[in-house]
Amino acid sequence: MKKSYKIEVDCANCANLMEEAAKKTAGVKDAVVSFMTQKMKVEFDDGADVDAVMQDVLKNCKKVESDCEIYI
Amino acid sequence: MTKKQKNLLIRIIVAAVFFVPLYLISEGIVPVKLPAWALYALFLVPYLTVGHDILRKALHGIKNRQVFDECFLMTVATVGAIALGELGEGVAVMLLYQVGELFQSVAVGRSRRNISQLMDIRPDYANIEGEGGELERVDPDDVEPGSIIVVQPGEKVPIDGVIVEGASALNTSALTGESKPMDVSVDDTVLSGSVNLSGVLKVRTTAAFEESTASKILDLVENAASRKSKSENFISKFARVYTPFVCYAALALAILPPLFVLLTGVGSAAYASTGALWREWLLRACTFLVISCPCAVVISIPLSFFAGLGGASNQGILIKGSNYLETLSKVRAVAFDKTGTITKGSFEVTAVHHNPIDAQRVLEYAALAECHSSHPISQSLKKAYGKHIDPQRVTDVQEISGHGILAKVDGRDVAVGNDKLMNRIGVAFRPCHHTGTIIHVAVDGEYAGHIVISDQLKENAREAVAALKRAGVERTVMLTGDADSVAVQVAKEVGLTDYRAQLLPQDKVACVEALLDEGSGKKLAFVGDGINDAPVLSRADIGIAMGALGSDAAIEAADVVLMDDDPMKIAKAIRISRKCLGIVKQNITFALAVKAVCLLLSALGLANMWVAIAADVGVMVLCVLNAIRCLFVKKL
Repeated sequence: MKKSYKIEVDCANCANLMEEAAKKTAGVKDAVVSFMTQKMKVEFDDGADVDAVMQDVLKNCKKVESDCEIYI
Repeated sequence: MTKKQKNLLIRIIVAAVFFVPLYLISEGIVPVKLPAWALYALFLVPYLTVGHDILRKALHGIKNRQVFDECFLMTVATVGAIALGELGEGVAVMLLYQVGELFQSVAVGRSRRNISQLMDIRPDYANIEGEGGELERVDPDDVEPGSIIVVQPGEKVPIDGVIVEGASALNTSALTGESKPMDVSVDDTVLSGSVNLSGVLKVRTTAAFEESTASKILDLVENAASRKSKSENFISKFARVYTPFVCYAALALAILPPLFVLLTGVGSAAYASTGALWREWLLRACTFLVISCPCAVVISIPLSFFAGLGGASNQGILIKGSNYLETLSKVRAVAFDKTGTITKGSFEVTAVHHNPIDAQRVLEYAALAECHSSHPISQSLKKAYGKHIDPQRVTDVQEISGHGILAKVDGRDVAVGNDKLMNRIGVAFRPCHHTGTIIHVAVDGEYAGHIVISDQLKENAREAVAALKRAGVERTVMLTGDADSVAVQVAKEVGLTDYRAQLLPQDKVACVEALLDEGSGKKLAFVGDGINDAPVLSRADIGIAMGALGSDAAIEAADVVLMDDDPMKIAKAIRISRKCLGIVKQNITFALAVKAVCLLLSALGLANMWVAIAADVGVMVLCVLNAIRCLFVKKL
């Protein structure tokens, strides 16, 4: 399953870091962050609890970039 | 400006107001005597005002083991400088760094919005006529296919459909880049994203909102930014390795040379004391850190690609990702499908050779005799005749399959058909030197002349091929299922370097594969009209579908989609990609070269903090401004 989220992030490098962080989160198969469109596309593992996974993604992203925001 | 940006601007101004007089005092330009501790305390005011969030982020990073980022570089460098007593420089670096950040954030935000606006074709609402005839605005998502919607002048068509009532002119420039309005009336198809200019239209929708053209294009463009090019991947990998590397390099710079001096005694005469020695090299290390900040490259590369994609889509050229933009710039050979790309794909009368009666009469007889047929050839005869056809004038129609038609027109015996028909009725005909389908006409057993029908070249096909050559394409090859004679003529007329004729659809894939082999690594683009050539589109390095508006299969299979069928756009797409890639290369080379030179100078002690921050912020500003140039592709 794939979902797209609106995000807010200030710098391109931070967007890369967020992408890395999201990819490493359990339950996430793949993630792509586009700094330019301010969007994060997340592909979830089969049977993953989307809301719970996204909370983890947000937490992990906050760790690498405290200023970022994901509108879940 | 956003709230965050305004906030930062205020902090910068406040800090600058504090900083300037303090700096003048500390440099002794304004003769005010302050004790050292007071100067320290006072300098901390502008430093913390402008830089507290950077310090906080750096600490946060260390806590979460994400040590090496720009905030960390800046924090170490400025804290180091202040601790070493270079108060003015330390604070100035933080101040200027934030000025750069503010500029970057504003410039990038603004161009991001501009580009998004260019691509903003998303309709917000649809009008549905209520029971009493009043209009009701609804979410286009809620409109079922087959519903009737009303589009008023000035509104965007929200959903694809067919006009059931009304006539108007549509502006399709958001979809095709073509600014000439298109006239539409009942039974014409309208595509979402076009703007209704004059009359009220009632449209029966043929698709759901998310299946409509506007939604599909938006989806495609938004996804494009996530297909990253090699340059972008290179930069993100580069940034990951680079920052830790400079940090260790700076550490080495701070420790190794002074240790070397202390242990060997070489050059120790240049320093007043051991303290001065350490201080000198620590300062150099701090300067080194300031210069090494990688933001210029990291920000400008994706911005360049995004601007290039946005500019291209504004011209009716949809490129599905930065990676395709990159490949497109390397295209050296282009293979064309003939029908629909070089030719119009519609049969038309191209010549009438007549004797003794005049051309219009020949056409008239042919059109009348063929008036009951729906064959494409009779359609084109009728179109060329152009006047009203009265079927009452035609009697005794006899169709001879594979030959043509015999009929009585106004009481005269008319025979319309090919060579075989003429042989059959015993009329001597003149062969034609033109290529195409030849229709002979005989009246009352006398030869009246022949009509040449062929698929017409697009008006600017020749120009388009010439433009491709100018854009650096060495090879242009036409692939066609047509006979050799037709292919030779078209290839010569248009100026192609090569052609392959009499190909079945499945042969085209093999042909493209052969071309790929011959090209030995040079990139090959295939241009098709998206009908029957999906496999070829995906086999070539770059598949370009043209005239693809409304054709889902083509949009799916191609990497680049030209929204209208103008062949000039092929060369334009290549030029846009070249410009964009050129700018990317300029930025990478420029930024890295300036950084390398400055790093070297700082290691040698020839550059101070002022040079360092100017190099960092200046390079970033120039790179961002250069990147925005990718957006301006209209005149390419």
